[in-house]
Amino acid sequence: MSFSRDRIAEPWGTRTPYGPGRSWPQRVDQYLADGLDPGSVDRWVQSASILHSNGDALDIAVKDNEIVGVRGRGVDRVNRGRLGPKDLFGWQANASPDRLTRPLIRQNGELVETDWDTAMDRIVTRSRELLDEQGPSAIGFYTSGQLFLEEYYTLGVIAHGAIGTNHVDGNTRLCTATAAEALKESFGCDGQPGSYTDVDHADVIALFGHNVAETQTVLWARILDRLAGPNPPAIVCVDPRPTPVADHAAVHLAPLPGTNVALMNGLLHEIVANDWVDREWIDRHTVGFEELRTQLAPYTPEKVAVTCDVPADDLREAGRLLGTTDRLLSTVLQGFYQSHQATAAAVQVNNLHLIRGMLGKPGCGVLQMNGQPTAQNTRECGADGDLAGFRNWANDAHIAELAKLWNVETDKIPHYGPPTHAMQMFRYAEQGSLKMLWVSATNPAVSMPELARIRSILSQDRLFLVVQDIFRTETTELADVVLPAAAWGEKTGTFTNADRTVHLSDKAVDPPGQARPDLDIFLDYARRMDFRDKDGDPLPSWHDAASAFEAWKQCSAGRPCDYTGLSYDRLRGESGIQWPCTTEHPDGTERLYTDGRFFSTPDYCESYGKDLVTGAPLEPTEYRALNPDGRAIIKAAEYMRPHEEPGEDHPFALITGRTLYHFHTRTKTGRVPQLNAAAPQVWVEISPQDALQQGIMDGDVLAISSPRGILHAQARITGIRPGVLFIPFHYGYWDSNPTAAADHDRAANELTVTDWDPASKQPIFKTAAAAVTRVRAGDGPAPAPTATAAAPVGPGIAPTAGGSAAAVTETRPPIGEDDR
Amino acid sequence: MKLGLAIRELHRSERKLALDLTSLASRHKTDHEIHHTASDLAVWSQDHVRELAQVGHAYGLDLKDEPRTEARTGPMQEKLSELLGRRPEPALILLMDLRHLHRVAAGVSLDWELLAQGAQATRDPVLMTMTTRCHPQTLRQLRWANAMLKVLAPQVLTT
Repeated sequence: MSFSRDRIAEPWGTRTPYGPGRSWPQRVDQYLADGLDPGSVDRWVQSASILHSNGDALDIAVKDNEIVGVRGRGVDRVNRGRLGPKDLFGWQANASPDRLTRPLIRQNGELVETDWDTAMDRIVTRSRELLDEQGPSAIGFYTSGQLFLEEYYTLGVIAHGAIGTNHVDGNTRLCTATAAEALKESFGCDGQPGSYTDVDHADVIALFGHNVAETQTVLWARILDRLAGPNPPAIVCVDPRPTPVADHAAVHLAPLPGTNVALMNGLLHEIVANDWVDREWIDRHTVGFEELRTQLAPYTPEKVAVTCDVPADDLREAGRLLGTTDRLLSTVLQGFYQSHQATAAAVQVNNLHLIRGMLGKPGCGVLQMNGQPTAQNTRECGADGDLAGFRNWANDAHIAELAKLWNVETDKIPHYGPPTHAMQMFRYAEQGSLKMLWVSATNPAVSMPELARIRSILSQDRLFLVVQDIFRTETTELADVVLPAAAWGEKTGTFTNADRTVHLSDKAVDPPGQARPDLDIFLDYARRMDFRDKDGDPLPSWHDAASAFEAWKQCSAGRPCDYTGLSYDRLRGESGIQWPCTTEHPDGTERLYTDGRFFSTPDYCESYGKDLVTGAPLEPTEYRALNPDGRAIIKAAEYMRPHEEPGEDHPFALITGRTLYHFHTRTKTGRVPQLNAAAPQVWVEISPQDALQQGIMDGDVLAISSPRGILHAQARITGIRPGVLFIPFHYGYWDSNPTAAADHDRAANELTVTDWDPASKQPIFKTAAAAVTRVRAGDGPAPAPTATAAAPVGPGIAPTAGGSAAAVTETRPPIGEDDR
Repeated sequence: MKLGLAIRELHRSERKLALDLTSLASRHKTDHEIHHTASDLAVWSQDHVRELAQVGHAYGLDLKDEPRTEARTGPMQEKLSELLGRRPEPALILLMDLRHLHRVAAGVSLDWELLAQGAQATRDPVLMTMTTRCHPQTLRQLRWANAMLKVLAPQVLTT
């Protein structure tokens, strides 16, 4: 049975309802270039989605050595054939005529085309100079959440093992650092406890700052199908915006930005006060409950209602739902991770499950979500301010393991402190002690907070900036050397989604011009630098994706993220498999912690934890004194006021975020006709009350300012909570050609504050103060989509649609056939 | 009874710690984590000062509830920090300031130890509760100064 659907207008596609405990029915989504008949496709090449973290398995259609479309993989556990709008249409960006096809170097102030030898020679010469003059601390690497596992592991080994610098991080710092930190704080180690299949069993699904309908559309489709089936789950939504999730919620809590810890403490208070806790489970599997109980005492619903400005009765009702269900699934994302007290708030969600004993069972899971497709790999491979294989920088035995794997001296690997996080690396560059920064597959000149500062750091003459990407971006324009990289579909590798599912992504077509896979670029650098191990053999010792994967398997052996049971052959043909995957568990592991034993044993854990307020790491002795030995750690946290609150000059709380149709800084999605048309320009969301007070109509051009800068955007009047403004962060300047400083008036990050969570070091994008001025009437409605959280409250605005250009074929197998 | 002396001394040293934390925040405004966390941690010491002043009444003391804990030169220090934001020198000054802070916080911690011992000996329940609540926060301030020193020192000392 096949239907055609406009998947710009209906991002989640057709419902396939199912009941609790049943398996999610298949629905295979397919989009091929104009009028192409599936029969004429030359070959289908296995991969997964690269424009969000859900890890939806797909096959790439190839005809005449060009990518011509995609089709979801019905057999895959993650998506059962479904794809989101960004997956269905996003592949078209690969063939953009403005791809980078040759290296560029800066000559007399201009970037000019050159060959690989010249470009690499410049990087190698500068690296050698800096290593001679200052040593490893002069060099830093800032990578991504969009490369492949093999590339991160290689980069991590080059940085930590061959150069010996402590300065390696990813843009995962901006999206997923708090997920990792919250897992480390509660369970001693990174590693997603739950599984997407918990959606199939849950009776209550609580989404904390997680607008899943826009960030992981296929996961939301799964939830929508449960909601459309028998015995649907109740939804609890915490979000200041009127998201599609909020529309379906039994309780929607819209707290003031920056008050998440107070809100969570209020909910936990309600659960403890009503004794909805599992005492036996707490006693057997956790430490720290009494301290939590003490800490929670002042957080009565009445008091929290005032702090967060939410109704006390709604808090009680949410507490009742969370406290009395037998199958609770919680998910967390940027509303918590990018807000004030990020880690402390995310840890309280873990605590909710720990005090209710709801982990490791069907329908009882926590999903500390990721934002980017391969963020999990940045974390596990040691390219994001962690060490490879979730090893603990403060545990000498773990460092010795790495030294043995890489065959280098132990003291070559920096472990005198936590690996340097991105915000600190940029500070070192600002002060001039970090003199070379190599950026791969990310665009800090749009994605980092307080862009005027970031631009001024990156454009310093004394900083040697290398940028490796598939397009020219706002960041490449500040670089000394630009390296053209192969994109997804043009190289082979693996990556892992937010529920630990590993997919293989095979090469479908050749990269354009002289563009090369990121892995080849890193290995080329290592060879030209002549990095050697203790025995004089090349370091890293591998030479391609397959050999890098085998090396990674050895590194992962015995660690929580054990890949030893996986191989390219195994992943090819089959579909996604969840780590840990070993000879004992050859089919992978659906849920962690099924036996209530955690990775927290001092000799095994990834981290001894941190003080959630100061960020100070615990000493090994302090950690041992907690006696966590295999038990989870319940960490309490007090609410503290945000550092920048609305006031007289800047009366609004500003939050930034994303829209369903775009990814990151739009370098790909902005080049895709269907996606670009759905959200072509920046906008600002404002509540009807605030709009009325300021005489603002939908579509009016507003000037939004903060102590850092100003930007202009058309107003969209939505059901966002009064006093709050929302601006999507995707829009930079690559397609607006700013010529003067005053033209930097589109990116949301012109306004954001330089401040980060002390524990996870994740920058805060959702707690800043801003002012609004109406400039003039607009030429039409705001360029914002209508099927999402940006939905207008007023009438007369045409719904977002993609028309025939967005027609996607959805195929259901005959009834009964996929109903396992 | 010398308990009043101990309270007075702790009130003085906590005020000094609050003042040092707010000064640190101002002097290193462009080291954003130092700036924000030091400001947050100063609030703990300000709270301690207030509680000590209140508890002091029972011991015949007249201590100030809210003495000045912001450096008079704060705004100037912030401006200077911004002007020097690109210079390498403040990195070394930051290490010196953290080292100083650590020593002050260690002194405050010892003062809390003394007061706790006295409170136990006199079995003053108000004092005992207060030391149990406040002293751990001092220890967290102390560990923070230590941790930031350890994190920042390698880069500063090798460049």
